[in-house]
Amino acid sequence: MKYIDEFRDGQLAQKLAADIRREARSDRAYGLMEFCGGHTHAIFRYGVQGLLPDNINMIHGPGCPVCVLPIGRVDSAIELAYRPNVILCTYGDMLRVPGSNRVSLLKAKAGGADVRMIYSSADALKIAQENPDKQVVFFAIGFETTTPPTAVAILQAATMDLANFSVFSNHVLTPAAISAIMGSGEARVDGVVGPAHVSTVIGSRPYELFAEQYHMPVVIAGFEPLDVMQAILMLVRQLNEGRAEVENEFSRAVTRDGNLKAQAMVAEVFELRKTFEWRGLGWVPDSGLQIREKYVAYDAEKRFELPYQSVADHPACECSAIIRGVKKPLDCKVFGTVCTPDNPIGSCMVSSEGACAAYYTYGRYKESR
Amino acid sequence: MTKPRTGYIRPLDLKNGQVDMTHGSGGRAMAQLIEELFLTAFDNEYLRQMNDQASFQIPAGRMVMATDSHVVSPLFFPGGDIGCLSVHGTINDVAMAGAVPLYLSASFILEEGFPLADLARIVESMANASRQAGVPIVTGDTKVVERNKGDGVFITTTGVGIVPHGVNISGDLARPGDAIIVSGTVGDHGVAILSVRENLSFGTSIQSDTAALHGLVAAMVAAVPGIHVLRDPTRGGLATTLNEIARQSGVGMMLRETNLPIRTEVRAACEFLGLDPLYSANEGKLVVICRQEDADALLEAMRTHPLGQDAALIGEVIEDDHHFVQMETAFGGRRIVDWLTGEQLPRIC
Repeated sequence: MKYIDEFRDGQLAQKLAADIRREARSDRAYGLMEFCGGHTHAIFRYGVQGLLPDNINMIHGPGCPVCVLPIGRVDSAIELAYRPNVILCTYGDMLRVPGSNRVSLLKAKAGGADVRMIYSSADALKIAQENPDKQVVFFAIGFETTTPPTAVAILQAATMDLANFSVFSNHVLTPAAISAIMGSGEARVDGVVGPAHVSTVIGSRPYELFAEQYHMPVVIAGFEPLDVMQAILMLVRQLNEGRAEVENEFSRAVTRDGNLKAQAMVAEVFELRKTFEWRGLGWVPDSGLQIREKYVAYDAEKRFELPYQSVADHPACECSAIIRGVKKPLDCKVFGTVCTPDNPIGSCMVSSEGACAAYYTYGRYKESR
Repeated sequence: MTKPRTGYIRPLDLKNGQVDMTHGSGGRAMAQLIEELFLTAFDNEYLRQMNDQASFQIPAGRMVMATDSHVVSPLFFPGGDIGCLSVHGTINDVAMAGAVPLYLSASFILEEGFPLADLARIVESMANASRQAGVPIVTGDTKVVERNKGDGVFITTTGVGIVPHGVNISGDLARPGDAIIVSGTVGDHGVAILSVRENLSFGTSIQSDTAALHGLVAAMVAAVPGIHVLRDPTRGGLATTLNEIARQSGVGMMLRETNLPIRTEVRAACEFLGLDPLYSANEGKLVVICRQEDADALLEAMRTHPLGQDAALIGEVIEDDHHFVQMETAFGGRRIVDWLTGEQLPRIC
């Protein structure tokens, strides 16, 4: 496949691996955080870690939209789904994330709640049009990549004057999360592999501030394995040279300013929340988006007066520490025993982009030897 | 083909009519549906006897029996429909024992309001598939459920067949050192279905690979009677099937990604949706495991059959206490090809 195979060339990978081995200094360690779950997935799926020298440690960050949603928000969605006359629509992976008492939307569906898996926000709009006697709620999650489609759905609903459609917004912001991790100083991160799809929307400019503030090199990379390896090489070079700049490996899709049209639509519909709870990161100021007053008619939190209650993770679950880059999946006592992809305790085991699911799916043979 | 009896005042309205509760009530309307639609389409000497069962002589030997329920959405898809699929699926389940399929049964659960024209189309497709395969549908059943209690039509088919002497094929017979072969490109059916799923339609020329594989199996068994394992990788795709066999046989497997036959269109569609073709369903492909020294003869026999032209050696069985299926990636790394968890879902972002 053109534009895909070029980024999965085994020979090029070997050459890049040799370059990284040559340039990585043996007298120091490199802790590199890939923020995005897409990168985590690529690293495991293609065995990238196995091609790197031992002193390059990839730290899996919080960039999986399913993983970072706190239990309280999942509980709210489940509660909403059980209300009479409500159809709750959401993306597939969200269905399996356990809330309190390990009840998930999938279990709620089996219990009689009307929960629909959708592939895009437009599907939720269509369901609302087809079910005028029901309240259709789109359980919206995700980073800057999935926010513009949600904004479009709300704008379209407003244009159509659709009275039975609303959005339960859980959209969150990448730079705020990266800052929270850097600010905590818990994880030993020397450089960041910057998000791919998120950066196509927000551009590379937002990372400049914390590259400067934390003296942290950032290389924005695509999701193909060679993209990731090239970014690792670029980070190693920056670190060796004492630089801390934002570089763009993914220049075929990302510009400095990003997608201005998408940003404008998001700004029209959403505004910053003062604070938002993340799984792992706790309450992070200015890190989430809520629907503006102008579109309050489409805000499910207001329409259904959804209360929010913070809920602690399962005591044995280490998702929080894993999301912060402090622990690895194998440090969790329930990993692969009580907690498996078929029966997840924590969110990191649910999404294919979660660190635990990636470890379980692609990495456990290596660890078992 | 027999002509329908003329004992009914009006013939079934196969153009504009709908299934209603009387079609499952056991009364005259049901008899008419059976006679004018099912018997006419499936016509054979066993059905013509109009008994509640089919009675036939069985040849001596080991008999196999398989049953499969079909709940496909949408009912019609590029390259096939639930009708031919329900015939092919059960023939293949029987054939995967190395058996010669002999007879099929078909049971229909119809939803009130289902258009008779669609039902006729499905039944005709089943009849064609059965005729082409030379495996008659000799008995059946029809039930009707109320509107909104079904999904249009569900079909359960059961098949019986006879295993030739000297053939012993089973999922627990894979041995370290054995060769793993697939009969052709993988993932076609799953992508064809996805391409016409409501809310997910995308332009592609991919057709379902639905096909009856017993002819191919007969050629394979003739060439290499000592085949160890045969299985058709349907739901869950090749990856899930290999994991099943690995666990059943207590072995591991090592695949080579560069050897896997996957259509470019299937790879592209899966790439676009964030899916893996190894987990995408197939309905006309088989995976076979045999001794390494038999692999060339088997591949040659397979490639001379139309349904095995793209047969490829994709890996080998290895010793592994964990029973992992692994793959050497085209990228030079190695990874586990795990069981499918839940359903494969398109990525969020």
